[in-house]
Amino acid sequence: MLAMLSEAWMAMWANRLRTILTMLGMVIGVGAVILMLAVGQGAQQKVQASIAAMGSNLFIILSGSTTSGGMRMGGGAAPTLTAEDAQSIGELPLVAAVAPSSPGVAQLVYGSSNWSTQVIGTTPSYLTVRNWALAAGMPFTDSDVRSATRVALIGRTVAENLFGDEDPVDRTIRIKNSPYVVLGVLAAKGQSLDGRDQDDTVLVPVTTAQRKLFGSQFAGTVRFIMTQAESAEVMPQVERSITELLRQRHRIRAGADNDFTIRNLTAMANTAADTAKVMSLMLGSIASISLLVGGIGIMNIMLVSVTERTREIGIRMAIGARGQDILLQFLLEAIIISVIGCLIGVLLGVGGAYAVSVITGMTAVVTVSSIITAFAVAAGVGIFFGWYPARKASRLRPIDALRFQ
Amino acid sequence: MTDEVIKINKLSKEYITDAGTVPVLHEVSLSVKPGEFVAIMGPSGSGKSTFMNILGCLDVASNGQYLLNGRDVNQQSSDELALLRNQVIGFVFQGFNLLPRANLEDNVALPLIYRGLTRAERIMQARVMLEKVGLGKYHHSRPNQISGGQQQRVAIARALVNHPKLLLADEPTGNLDTHTSQEIMQLFSELNNRDGITIVLITHEHDIAAYAHRLVRLADGRVIYDGPVAGDPLVHAAHTGAEV
Repeated sequence: MLAMLSEAWMAMWANRLRTILTMLGMVIGVGAVILMLAVGQGAQQKVQASIAAMGSNLFIILSGSTTSGGMRMGGGAAPTLTAEDAQSIGELPLVAAVAPSSPGVAQLVYGSSNWSTQVIGTTPSYLTVRNWALAAGMPFTDSDVRSATRVALIGRTVAENLFGDEDPVDRTIRIKNSPYVVLGVLAAKGQSLDGRDQDDTVLVPVTTAQRKLFGSQFAGTVRFIMTQAESAEVMPQVERSITELLRQRHRIRAGADNDFTIRNLTAMANTAADTAKVMSLMLGSIASISLLVGGIGIMNIMLVSVTERTREIGIRMAIGARGQDILLQFLLEAIIISVIGCLIGVLLGVGGAYAVSVITGMTAVVTVSSIITAFAVAAGVGIFFGWYPARKASRLRPIDALRFQ
Repeated sequence: MTDEVIKINKLSKEYITDAGTVPVLHEVSLSVKPGEFVAIMGPSGSGKSTFMNILGCLDVASNGQYLLNGRDVNQQSSDELALLRNQVIGFVFQGFNLLPRANLEDNVALPLIYRGLTRAERIMQARVMLEKVGLGKYHHSRPNQISGGQQQRVAIARALVNHPKLLLADEPTGNLDTHTSQEIMQLFSELNNRDGITIVLITHEHDIAAYAHRLVRLADGRVIYDGPVAGDPLVHAAHTGAEV
């Protein structure tokens, strides 16, 4: 076996340029597969990270449109949802967490720095719903919500802009000229699916926002309510029960329109994830074609090589090589070409993926499984396309092979 | 008798071509005992090359029986034939048939690969053989760097490396000048006398055949003479320098 390997190697060395060109087909094929899979995987991971950042199994309930004098207003125009609605949704079965949310924009000041950002009035369960951790400090509590204290959690971007290198925890900032104690800093979340900076935000107790910060003209209302179902399977069921509950609470007659809108964020996110998956699959299959072409190149060259070396095969047979010895020699050549081509292709693909992520800023993720797959496929292609020429060589009759000129 | 190296009984060979069946060998019978040195002669088209290829298990007969070393060649599988070619027969060709890109040592060691020896063992035995044919210093040269006579010596070393019982040579001096031919034939004689290797060679030159002890003359696919070299009037004439 070892001897056969060195025989195969010698033959390949004798035809260096041809060997290298054949290998190139393999290199490009494998490199393309790995690179394309990496780009696809990167897109998929980015979408998945965004979904995870958004929170899982999520509904967002918006106060609905109203019709006044035949003119229909957009969603959220009528402030129909209240913190109490949120509380009763939280008592429904299969609901994991609920966070009412009342956002607004306000100017923040700390020392000589100031920064304008989105301030969201909400409850501590917002962190659960959004799957959001704290990088430093403590979250505010339900008792902060009850007594509408002036406390805040600030996002990473806000912390950087107001405090620079300073530790913001327990400092006092001014929001719309009122002092708020920074209880904690939210962990960085990065961009959302639509490209907004999710870290450019401040969280305050919902009651504080309603009563002290934005002074809503309809006391106790919130802009939207985020609701997390216990699992993806129960989401339709939860959606129905929320609808039923809110219609009851808002005393909507049968047949009348809802005064709220329920959006299933997870379904939207899943669509995005599916799109990414399809793209990844498509890139992968296009790259696979080049791998196939590389394989056919191997077969082509091996066929030429068998014809060209018919006399050598005859000599080998005349001095005692069996059919299987000849088969093994040519098969090994094909396998060596594809395996070495594959190794170089892997290096190139990984390097290419790195280059792509550095140059374009796209995430390209090379997974071990994609390397293993590419390797297995390349070896398989080598064996598959090397088999036929090798078998052809091994079936020559010694006398015919020897007489071949 | 099973101690004969070659025992051929009424062996025929015909080729099937588009023009019909062409008979090449017609009921040839021949026995060769161990230690014999047999020359086969005959004009072109007499079937001597075909006969040699059948003897060397490179081709198969159409009819008749061929016992090589007591084994019926017609009953062997292709793997078993490969084994016979590897272990029982050493074959020397007119055109040397060395692998051009391998050095002499590797060329001589080639048959040993198919016996599964390690590289160290192969190289060692190959060097011993190269030494024996007088090319000990050249083991790292390539075939195109040495003369034709030297190449044929390498081919003989390769044929002998597995210590075969039977050495077959198909016009081994056909591509060599007279002087080199004599040297090669002296080597054959030596191998036959000293080592007792059975040799069957084809030639169309009388002075080459004169090195053998026994002559088989073929014409039109039949044996027309089988006896001592000295008994053949043509060879005898050549040996004494007389015109025939």
